[in-house]
Amino acid sequence: MIALRINGETKAVDAPGDVPLLWALRDLLGLTGTKFGCGVALCGACTVHLDGEPVRSCQLRIGAIGDRAITTVEGIGATAAGAKVQKAWLDLEVVQCGYCQSGQIMSAAALVAATPDPDDSDINAAMSGNICRCGTYVRIREAIKLAAKSA
Amino acid sequence: MLEATQTETGFGRRAFLRIGAAAAGALLIGFPLRPAKAEAGIFAPDAFIRIAASGDITLIMPQVEMGQGIYTAISMILAEEFDAAFDRITLEAAPPNTKLYANPLFGIQATGGSTSVRAWWTSLRKAGAGARALLIAAAAQIWEVEPTTCRTENSEVLHDPSGRRLAYGALVGQAAGMTPPKDPPLKAVADFRLIGKPLKRLDTPDKVNGKAKFGIDALRPGVKFATLALCPVFGGKVGRVDDGLAKAVPGVRQIVVLDDLVAVVGDHMWAAMQGLAALDIVWDEGANASVSSTQVWAQIRAASEKEGAVAKSIGDPAKITGSGETIEAAYELPFLAHATMEPLNCTVHLTADTCEIWVGSQILARAQAIAAKVTGLPLDKVVVHNHLIGGGFGRRLEVDYVETAVRIAQKVDGAVKVVWSREEDVQHDIYRPVYRDRMTANLADGKIVGWKHRVTGSSIMARWLPPAFQKGIDPDGVDGAVDIPYEIPNLRVEFVREEPPAVPTGFWRGVGPNNNVFAIESFIDEIAHKTGKDPVAFRRDMLVKSPRLSAAIELAASKAGWGGALPARVGRGLCAQVSFGSFVATVAEVEVDNDGEVRVKRLVSAVDTGIIVNPDTTIAQLQGGLIFGVTAALYGEITIENGRVQQSNFNDYRMLRIDQTPMIEVHLIKSGEAPGGIGETGTTAAPPSIANAIFAATGVRLRRLPIDRDVLAGRKSA
Repeated sequence: MIALRINGETKAVDAPGDVPLLWALRDLLGLTGTKFGCGVALCGACTVHLDGEPVRSCQLRIGAIGDRAITTVEGIGATAAGAKVQKAWLDLEVVQCGYCQSGQIMSAAALVAATPDPDDSDINAAMSGNICRCGTYVRIREAIKLAAKSA
Repeated sequence: MLEATQTETGFGRRAFLRIGAAAAGALLIGFPLRPAKAEAGIFAPDAFIRIAASGDITLIMPQVEMGQGIYTAISMILAEEFDAAFDRITLEAAPPNTKLYANPLFGIQATGGSTSVRAWWTSLRKAGAGARALLIAAAAQIWEVEPTTCRTENSEVLHDPSGRRLAYGALVGQAAGMTPPKDPPLKAVADFRLIGKPLKRLDTPDKVNGKAKFGIDALRPGVKFATLALCPVFGGKVGRVDDGLAKAVPGVRQIVVLDDLVAVVGDHMWAAMQGLAALDIVWDEGANASVSSTQVWAQIRAASEKEGAVAKSIGDPAKITGSGETIEAAYELPFLAHATMEPLNCTVHLTADTCEIWVGSQILARAQAIAAKVTGLPLDKVVVHNHLIGGGFGRRLEVDYVETAVRIAQKVDGAVKVVWSREEDVQHDIYRPVYRDRMTANLADGKIVGWKHRVTGSSIMARWLPPAFQKGIDPDGVDGAVDIPYEIPNLRVEFVREEPPAVPTGFWRGVGPNNNVFAIESFIDEIAHKTGKDPVAFRRDMLVKSPRLSAAIELAASKAGWGGALPARVGRGLCAQVSFGSFVATVAEVEVDNDGEVRVKRLVSAVDTGIIVNPDTTIAQLQGGLIFGVTAALYGEITIENGRVQQSNFNDYRMLRIDQTPMIEVHLIKSGEAPGGIGETGTTAAPPSIANAIFAATGVRLRRLPIDRDVLAGRKSA
């Protein structure tokens, strides 16, 4: 059994320590908001926060997490930056199919939390690891700026 | 609230009624135009609307939501004519039922081809209007007044002369047994309250908090997780499998070996993936082991020398390549994978006499049918729960991934979720075909008097919808070519069907027009430059009878600053198209550096798509479609060597990312014409506008996609 702190709750996972967090979340804990896209950290769909830092959960073994706090898209709305990002996403209707958006929102929330007034190059640096096949990038950029400006 | 994924969607009509009955306190009637029947208080004036006595309204969605906003658009169309309170509706995905829910443009239950609004515009307005008329009639009976003295608003019938009003829910009992009118009057465009407004999408709130359920998110009790390997060579079979190491992987439960694939079943995907990696599989590669892109291109080029089936002929054949100056060019497009962000997946629970499926499909009835075929079960024993789709783009118009999942499930006790790795997804796609377009124009006095366009490529329709392939002509393959908007007196369009060896081909966002618009708009641009004309003016002169496209061109050119000065190695290019019933002009502005790298700086589209249901969604579809097209132009190519796809993941099958995304402007043109399709137009528009802009920037004409950086850097010739 491995204990993980996820969205403020401690969860026990009955799996070997080499299992990536992505699959523990999705298949063993039923937290399916975090998405599988490529399996090799090329697309960002599986992004979660570890102590507030964005990480690719497909590359993060559950045995290596310890007591660090995991935040997923299901819990990000409880953070100030996450709530602002989610609201901006809906205000500007960023989402199309929505599959990549969990990861986009996690990357964006980390950016907004760390960088109060992100410019285009901050956004490029923080968001280039997240692929959106529907092509919502124009609105993602606008929504990050909106979220950062909102109280 | 969105309940599309929680509904029983596999039972067809009988269960549809049963579901109605199961919902407490409601009444339901049949479709179409049959007397209303009371069933536990649900009132369903047609197959698309259900009203509970509580007043809750459920709209049945015949089309599937894959990001295009169709749930919202269809709800707006229905609610507009029904006068329903838009903020109190619930959505439900339609079950597989061709009779009730076939796409009127296809005759089968399918979502694709930018057809949804066009196909359902009239019938759903009538469905809403009929339901509304019925409730008015019911209220009029209760009040003993003339129906014409009543009106509706916000899910209520009102009788202004007496000040009385009744909520739709309160009319459920009275409406039972009444027959909807045959031809209910439709609202005038000027009276629309919802249509034309940028209403918020109904599917998006759950997509920002992790609650939305895609097929890959289905989690059945006790479900096992599987991933698979198909023979890397198309059409190959399993030779020998050594599973000793795989069985030792913690969490691996079962190895399934079928004639053409191997799957590993485990307690979670990681176990299945590790197990698959630990397998020693020897494949029987079969007949295709030597197929290569070189061979594919040699075959299609040879085939393009042959005369094709004539898809369109106008004027005098002798003048097509007559006495004037003749210009020729050939354009080529590569294989492309869909790379939906949600990898292919399907959950199946098979018992002795039922098959239950959880999936995201653009073609639900076929998903059900293939499961019935594989299992031998009758259709009504196959229940399919459709889900939100994490990217379709045509990939989920196929049911190969449902078929393989059902075949694996035949070997597994209990529910099994089969998820493809990204590598399998890329290497066993059903690809956008390679195309070669040979173009010939005959000029007189600087004008095009003769035009020949020979399309050579796969016929997707011949496989996917065989009755549509007639006399050697694939209507999708020549879509955009036979209806070329330019006024050319002598014209011939031919189609040569040439199936590539081994590689399966299917629909891809933009479908037929992708190829034809690229060839036509590149060629028109070449001719304009050859004759010394401005590309905008050159097109304008051939569009005298096409005011809608002309207006789009003028608007896009003006917004993009067409003709204005640009720095060295920066250029603008135009694409004008009439496709999917929409009139779209796009100007790309690109910069080409000395190393041949292309940066798309700006895309400006002007769009006349007729009456717009939701302008914000229309803009979003253009933005996204353009980016999809930029990816294809800059990066998109699947190549074949030794019978197998050489690309595998996003490292070698690249996608545009946010840092490369251009500024995009979309300008909507107000129109009272019938709605056009929009989801694919941007994808079609981006590549030719970019290629034309590259020519303007560098003088180099690229006739193949993706762009060749070596050519642009002068390291090799085009």
